Amino acid sequence: MGAIDPALLLAALVVAATPILLAALGELVVERAGVLNLGVEGMMITGAICGFAVAVNTGSPAIGFVAAAAGGAVLALLFALLTQLALANQVASGLALTLFGLGLSSLLGQGYVGIKPPPTPRLDLGPLSDIPFLGRVVFSHDLMVYLALALVAAIWAMLKYTRAGLILRAVGENHDAAHALGYRVVRVRVLAILFGGACAGLGGAYISLIRVPQWTEGMTAGAGWIALALVVFASWKAGRVLLGAWLFGGVTVLQLNLQAAGLAIPVEYLSMSPYLITILVLVIMSADKSRAPASLGRIFHASQ
Amino acid sequence: MTLTRLLTSAALALGLATGATAQDKTKVGFIYVGPIGDGGWTYEHDKGRLAVEEHFGDAVETVYQESVPEGADAARAITQMALQGADLIFTTSFGFMEPTLEVAKKFPNVKFEHATGYKTLPNVSTYSARFYEGRAVQGHIAGEMTESNTIGYIASYPIPEVIRGINSAYLHAKKVNPDVEFKIIWAYTWFDPAKEADAAQALIEQGADVILQHTDSTAPQAAAEKAGDVITFGQASDMAEYAPFPRVSSIIDNWAPYYIDRTQAVIDGTWESQQVWHGIDEGMVKIGEITDAVPADVKADALALKETMAAGEYHPFTGPINRQDGSAWLAEGEIADDGTLLGMDFYVEGISGQIPN
Repeated sequence: MGAIDPALLLAALVVAATPILLAALGELVVERAGVLNLGVEGMMITGAICGFAVAVNTGSPAIGFVAAAAGGAVLALLFALLTQLALANQVASGLALTLFGLGLSSLLGQGYVGIKPPPTPRLDLGPLSDIPFLGRVVFSHDLMVYLALALVAAIWAMLKYTRAGLILRAVGENHDAAHALGYRVVRVRVLAILFGGACAGLGGAYISLIRVPQWTEGMTAGAGWIALALVVFASWKAGRVLLGAWLFGGVTVLQLNLQAAGLAIPVEYLSMSPYLITILVLVIMSADKSRAPASLGRIFHASQ
Repeated sequence: MTLTRLLTSAALALGLATGATAQDKTKVGFIYVGPIGDGGWTYEHDKGRLAVEEHFGDAVETVYQESVPEGADAARAITQMALQGADLIFTTSFGFMEPTLEVAKKFPNVKFEHATGYKTLPNVSTYSARFYEGRAVQGHIAGEMTESNTIGYIASYPIPEVIRGINSAYLHAKKVNPDVEFKIIWAYTWFDPAKEADAAQALIEQGADVILQHTDSTAPQAAAEKAGDVITFGQASDMAEYAPFPRVSSIIDNWAPYYIDRTQAVIDGTWESQQVWHGIDEGMVKIGEITDAVPADVKADALALKETMAAGEYHPFTGPINRQDGSAWLAEGEIADDGTLLGMDFYVEGISGQIPN
């Protein structure tokens, strides 16, 4: 136990949490707009390969991340067309999107197996990074980590204090009323879906460009589904998504470290602990009156 | 009326024609646990499948399904393949054992081959490779190369196959370096690059400067490369894209000759249920090139070890070996029998920690 360095552990926690945090934030906005997109896994893996391929070809991880967001958004656009214009079933379309994304990504990724991406530098924060403990834990990450944290604050503030957030929530709670007030329900939802796709794409690219870093088929390995579950357990609140992602990432990294340190806790319990603890904490927290957006998953058409 | 009859007969003729060609061709199916692009375990099985296609040309048709989860869903995938008319189905992961047997009972005319398992039926064979021979070579190099005397091991599931690998690697690392210590992480997955990378990272932070893996992706290689001073070994596949450093050698699974043999047996009608366990000798286990990152004398010793195993002069589990609790397992000069090895559920003396149940 004494062999575990808490600073390194906390630093690793943030890295492990960032992909699901990004994807879950995107899905949060989508669901608050009343749309259930089960295609997060598909959009993540598409973002992972788009970001990887572009970063390798341009030599710039930054351009890679932009491409990842674009890739995720393009796939999400497909979902938006199906569910918002063609009025297809959202659950079926989302599942299809995941299958499509997995297939598309392995097709796109065929030339990229075994290639190393350009390294993403840690943000140089000068003397801040040299502070003992805090420097390693808080001030020595890559830009994406801080971007994800800023996104949490921005989404929280947007939903709570701005007119745009109010409209988004209105659309998600009661699309008929929002429509009657003159808001463009479909337009709001399409924009939310695109944003969700871009976030999932960034989350995927974080895995392929920073966390692993390499391209392997199917490398998101279920992270998208965890992000989806996180949104529900976090009661559609940005702050709780952050907490859930850190808990999940933290306990995952911690249990691996405990195993490596040879702690005498049976491995089975350690392996199930990330899921168990995250669910437990978030379920207890959601004992208040929070509930799903009322129009979640319902199809809207202006004629109804 | 005439038109309908014409169309019907045309359709019938077409149906008969396709039926006839389907009978000519032998259909061979493969069930994979990961994606064929994993760069490791499944990638090598798929190379075997491609070798079958190349060898038999038009006489054989192959089909495969990748990323099939172990458990109940596997039975569905295997059943579907049998219903599609496969004559021979390879199920290529330990966790497919029960689903394979279950489906095989329903399709007595279809031949099944299950990798790394131990249960057979008249129409189910098992096949596996003596990977522990390769692990002996790895352990030897790892024991010589480590400076922190800490070797990290990313294990997948607590099954005999994996435990055997850990024991073999440990025994041979210990032989050349008595101070060596193994830190073992059970990842409970065959394929999850992010988790494998995290596990490698945790081991490195705990002081390991050699990482051995029994999971299927190249993620631990990438993590070691990022760390800069950690060596790794290719698992199941050569993983040469990480050579010469951090990957200093590898165990390569070579399934192609076996797949071609068994397909031929089905074509000839000579296929019989059997249990096959081949090693370096038969070429099912290969040792990938040992790179220049390894000192010449260590490399020479490692190759000599490989030769003695290939020649049958040396068995990696030769006594005296005690079990973890200190009780005697093999006496001086005694060689482990295959039965014990196939069911191995204990660590050898010196490894700390417990095997999860």
